[in-house]
Amino acid sequence: MSKFQKKQANTKQQVPTAAMPDIIFMLLIFFMVVTVLREVELQVRVDFTRAENIEKIEQKRLVSYIYIGPEIMGGGQYGDTRVQIDDALVDDIYAIRRLMYDKLMEEPRLIVSLRVDQQSEMGIVSDVKQELREAGTLRINYSTLREDGAVPM
Amino acid sequence: MFLKKRAREVAEVPQAGMADIAFLLLIFFLVVTTIDVDTGIGMQLPPPPDPDQEPPPILERNLMNILVNAQGLILINEEPASLGQVQQLVMDFVDNENRAQDPNLSQSPRQAIVSIKTDRQTPYEIYINMLDEVIGSYRQLRNEAAQREFGITYREYSNRVSREDDIIREMYPRNISLAEPDPGS
Repeated sequence: MSKFQKKQANTKQQVPTAAMPDIIFMLLIFFMVVTVLREVELQVRVDFTRAENIEKIEQKRLVSYIYIGPEIMGGGQYGDTRVQIDDALVDDIYAIRRLMYDKLMEEPRLIVSLRVDQQSEMGIVSDVKQELREAGTLRINYSTLREDGAVPM
Repeated sequence: MFLKKRAREVAEVPQAGMADIAFLLLIFFLVVTTIDVDTGIGMQLPPPPDPDQEPPPILERNLMNILVNAQGLILINEEPASLGQVQQLVMDFVDNENRAQDPNLSQSPRQAIVSIKTDRQTPYEIYINMLDEVIGSYRQLRNEAAQREFGITYREYSNRVSREDDIIREMYPRNISLAEPDPGS
């Protein structure tokens, strides 16, 4: 009996913690790489619509967003439907042409993601689409959420 | 005496706090990160129309006109339809060659064009639902073709071959025309 007790007393009870900072750093670097710190402040309301036959955008760095929806006036009030690109509302719809053309020159494989409020009317969406055609940014994506029961493509 | 003191100095930085600093940064990035995947319906817009060039002639039987008004009512080739019927109608139209061989529907899937036209007042949601149905019917057709030819789903097939070698995609190209909306009433 005393033999067993002696053996137990000899084992080390401590977990080695020397490598812990390395593990933490590895996780840290993973999250640093994954993080995209470029969120814009929305000035229009965008309630996504849902669809079944959707696809994922794999290369997030190629994506440029256009937001279309009713302007947020504060106090729960919404104004007219406006177009927002990056951080600013676009007053002149014909300015989209030049804005998007400049973006295309920077990134030739640009994908334009249209984030449109589900209540917006097709008229303004179509106007924006015509501007995109003129700018030459032809790859677009209608941003939608996944409908329940949808199968990935 | 001075020499003795100097020899005692230890030239090491304390490293016990390093893990804490790393933890702090880790937690910051954990909180900031949003791993949400962008999903949506991908489309390719046509280049702007050339005013000098006439649009190519299209046989009327190869064109399926879908009209959606502001109330979400649907007209397909002048006949009213419901959203639930759209998928079947589009499949019959596109794959007419292998199905009913109706002389009023498309000659071949490659020549078939589905045109979606809305009013300016049509809500975006209704338009997306419509587009979703049309894309769904193309997916169904491609799936059936992949099952027929290779015995696998189209998704598995497209993962195996490159985009250029994708013969199913070539068989059923997604010719969807998004017409400019009517001014409406």
